Amino acid sequence: MKLALLADLHANLEAVEACLEHARREAAEAFAFLGDLVGYGADPVAVLDVVAAHAAQGAIVVRGNHDAAVLELGAETMHRSAEAAIAWTRARLEDRHRAFLASLPLLVRRGAAVFVHASADRPEDWTYVTDPLRAEQSLDAAAAPFVFCGHVHEPVLYFTGAASRPVPFHPVPGVPIPVPARRRCLAVVGSAGQPRDGKTAACWALWDDARERLTFHRVPYDVAAAAAKVRAAGLPERLAHRLERGE
Amino acid sequence: MPARLEPGVVVDGFRIEERVHEGGMSVLYRVTGGDAPFPLLMKVPRLGPGEPATSLISFEIEAMVLGALQGPHVPRVVAAREDGDPPYLVMERVEGRPLSEWAERAPLPSDEIAPLGGALATALHALHAQDAIHLDVKPSNVLLREGEAVLVDFGLAHHGHFPDLLAEEYRRPIGSAPYIAPEQVVGVRCDPRSDVFALGAVLYQLATGRYPFGAPETQGALRRRLWRDPAPPRALTPGVPEWLQEVILRCLEVDAEARYPSAAQVALDLAHPDQVSVGERGRRTRRAGLATVARRWVRAVGWEPAPCPPPSAYLERASIVLVAIATTHHDDAQAQALREAVARIVAAGGHARLACVTVVPPSPELGGSGEDDTATGQRLKHRVLLRHWAEPLRLPGTRVSFHVLEASDPARAILDYARANAVDHIVIGAPPRELPLRGMLGAVAPGVAPGAAPEPLQLLRRLGTVSMQVAAEAPCTVTLVRARRTS
Repeated sequence: MKLALLADLHANLEAVEACLEHARREAAEAFAFLGDLVGYGADPVAVLDVVAAHAAQGAIVVRGNHDAAVLELGAETMHRSAEAAIAWTRARLEDRHRAFLASLPLLVRRGAAVFVHASADRPEDWTYVTDPLRAEQSLDAAAAPFVFCGHVHEPVLYFTGAASRPVPFHPVPGVPIPVPARRRCLAVVGSAGQPRDGKTAACWALWDDARERLTFHRVPYDVAAAAAKVRAAGLPERLAHRLERGE
Repeated sequence: MPARLEPGVVVDGFRIEERVHEGGMSVLYRVTGGDAPFPLLMKVPRLGPGEPATSLISFEIEAMVLGALQGPHVPRVVAAREDGDPPYLVMERVEGRPLSEWAERAPLPSDEIAPLGGALATALHALHAQDAIHLDVKPSNVLLREGEAVLVDFGLAHHGHFPDLLAEEYRRPIGSAPYIAPEQVVGVRCDPRSDVFALGAVLYQLATGRYPFGAPETQGALRRRLWRDPAPPRALTPGVPEWLQEVILRCLEVDAEARYPSAAQVALDLAHPDQVSVGERGRRTRRAGLATVARRWVRAVGWEPAPCPPPSAYLERASIVLVAIATTHHDDAQAQALREAVARIVAAGGHARLACVTVVPPSPELGGSGEDDTATGQRLKHRVLLRHWAEPLRLPGTRVSFHVLEASDPARAILDYARANAVDHIVIGAPPRELPLRGMLGAVAPGVAPGAAPEPLQLLRRLGTVSMQVAAEAPCTVTLVRARRTS
C-alpha cells in the first residue's frame, strides 16, 4: 500500500493541494495527516474540509498542538504570532470543524507503524524530536518499527544502523530509501504548509510498505498566493514572510 | 558460522557451483542460473554467534549502494535478498585481475603505474559523480578488466542518497589501516577525497613496494597520519620520477582541502606526466620537520568534523574545463572572448582545472627540414601559443595544462580528449555568424591539405563545423563563445 504522509499543513491550501495532486500522480492509495492542520495560514476552513473529506474515506488523521490550541485544550505557550493566528482561526471555524478537530486522536497505530504529531513518548507534551535521544525515546514508546511524525518542520529520517541510537539522515527529495522493518526508523516528514529549512517547496512523503521504500518529496507551489492571503487576512506579517523565505 | 552452501544447492533459482572466496565478513560462491548474459557470483554474509556483528550491516550497505550504482566500474547486481535464509546478493563476476597482483611486484616503473592509477582514478570519479564513496580502496578491491578498473566490495561504502548504516554517535575509524584517510580515522565517512587519499596510498605502494604509513594495528597508531607525513617515495625508490612523487604526495595530504579536489584531476595528471606542475612536494627528500608536525598535532587534537555535503557537491567545484584554442588561426577578438568566458567559468568553480587544447595537423604532413618545421618544433610552438593565451588568467600551475593534439579531424580529437579525461565543460569558439548553420552537421571538412593554405572562408567554415560537431556530440556541457561585434 502506498501511503502519502503530510504533516504541519497549517491552513496553507495552495501547499496542501499541490502535495495532494503530486501524491495522486505518485499513485498514493491512502493518506495520513500528521497534525497541525491549522494555525499560521489563512485557509483553515478549506484545509479542514479537504482533510475531513479524506478522513471520511479512511485517511489517518492525528491532532497537533495548533489543533489543540484552537480547541483551547492544554495551556501550551506559543510565540505571539502563532497565538494571534490561533485566535484568528478560532473565530473562523464552524461547529463541524471544531467537532472534527475534537474527534482526532493524538496517536494512531496501524500495523507496523505509529502515526503521531510530535513524539510517541507522551504525545500530549508536544516534544520536538530534534536529536537521536528523542528519536529513540519516541521509537521505544511506540514499540513499533516505524514512527511517522511532524511538529519539527524539516524533513529528517532517523535510522537505526550499527550505532546504539538512531542516526539522523537528511533525505534527498524523490529518492526512494530502503526502509526494512528490521531497521527501526522514525521519519519527520517535514512541513507541507510552512517549510523552515530555507526552501519554500512543500514537504510530503510516500511510504510503500510492501516494497519497503520511503520517499521524501518536495513540491513547488504558489507561495506568493498563500503569502498574499496571509497578509490580506491581517495575520502577522512574519507569517507571510516565513512562507516566502522558507524559514 | 552458518551452514556452508554446498555445490548443487539451489537458492531462489541460483545453483551453487563452488566456493571461491571466504572473507572475514562474507563467503563468495560462483553460481549459475537466472538469465543474465554474464557469469555470476553470490555473496552470503557470515551470520550467527561468533561472527562479526557488522557483517550483516556491511552486507546491507553493499546491496543498497551497488543496487544504486551504474556503469562499467562496478559489478552489476542481478538479485538481492536481505531477509532471506541465507541473505544473499547475486552480482556480476568481474573477469579481471586484482590490482594486488601488481602490488605484489612493486616497486613498478612509473610508465606501468600511470595507466593503472589512471584507471583506478577514473573508476573512483565515476563513483563520486553518482554520489557514492567507496571508503575501502585497496589493491585487492580493484579489478583490472581490459584496461579499465572495476571496484568491488562496497561493504564500507557511503551513498549520499541513503542513511549511513555505519554512522556512529561516537566516531571511530572504519576502513583498511594501510589506506584509510586521516578524516576516516576520526569517523568522517562523507568526503570523496578520502578515496583520493587511498588512491595515493595505492600509488605509493605501487611505486615503492611499501605502505606510506605502515599497517598500524591500534587506534592510537592509526591517528599518527593526522600529523605525520610519509617518507617521500623518491627517498625509498630513487627511480620514482618527481612528477609521480608530486601526484602521490598531493593525494596523501593530511588536509583534504590540499589534496586533488577530484579523482578525475588525478587521472588527468597521470595521463599527462609532462603537464604535472612539480613543486616542493615532488622534490621533497625528507618528511616534514618538527614544527609542521607539531602544528598538525595541535590541529588534530581539536579537530571537529564538519557536517557532510552530498559527495557530488565536491565535484561541482572541481570540474575539468577544456578550452579549444585555434592556435593555427589568429583572431584576437575571438581569443579574448574565449579568455573572458573561461575566466568566468573557472572562477565559479573554486578548484576547477583548465586544459587548454589545440589541434594541429598530424606531423607527417609537416614537411620541411628547418628546426621550426620538425614535429617537435611545431608542438613546442603551439604550446607556447597556448601558454601565451592562458597567461592573463593567472592560474597556478596545478590548475592549468596545455595539450597540442595532432589530428586531421579536429572535432574528433577534441571529443576523444574530452571523453578520455572526464572533461565536464568544453569552451569553444562559435561558428561565424555568416555561416549558414543548417545542413552543416555531417559535412565535416577534412583537415588542412598538406602544403595548401586554406582560403579564409574555407578556414572559417572548417572552424565553424568543428564547433558544431563538438556541440552536437560532446559528452558534457559545451559553451560556444562569440566575440561581440560593435557594428
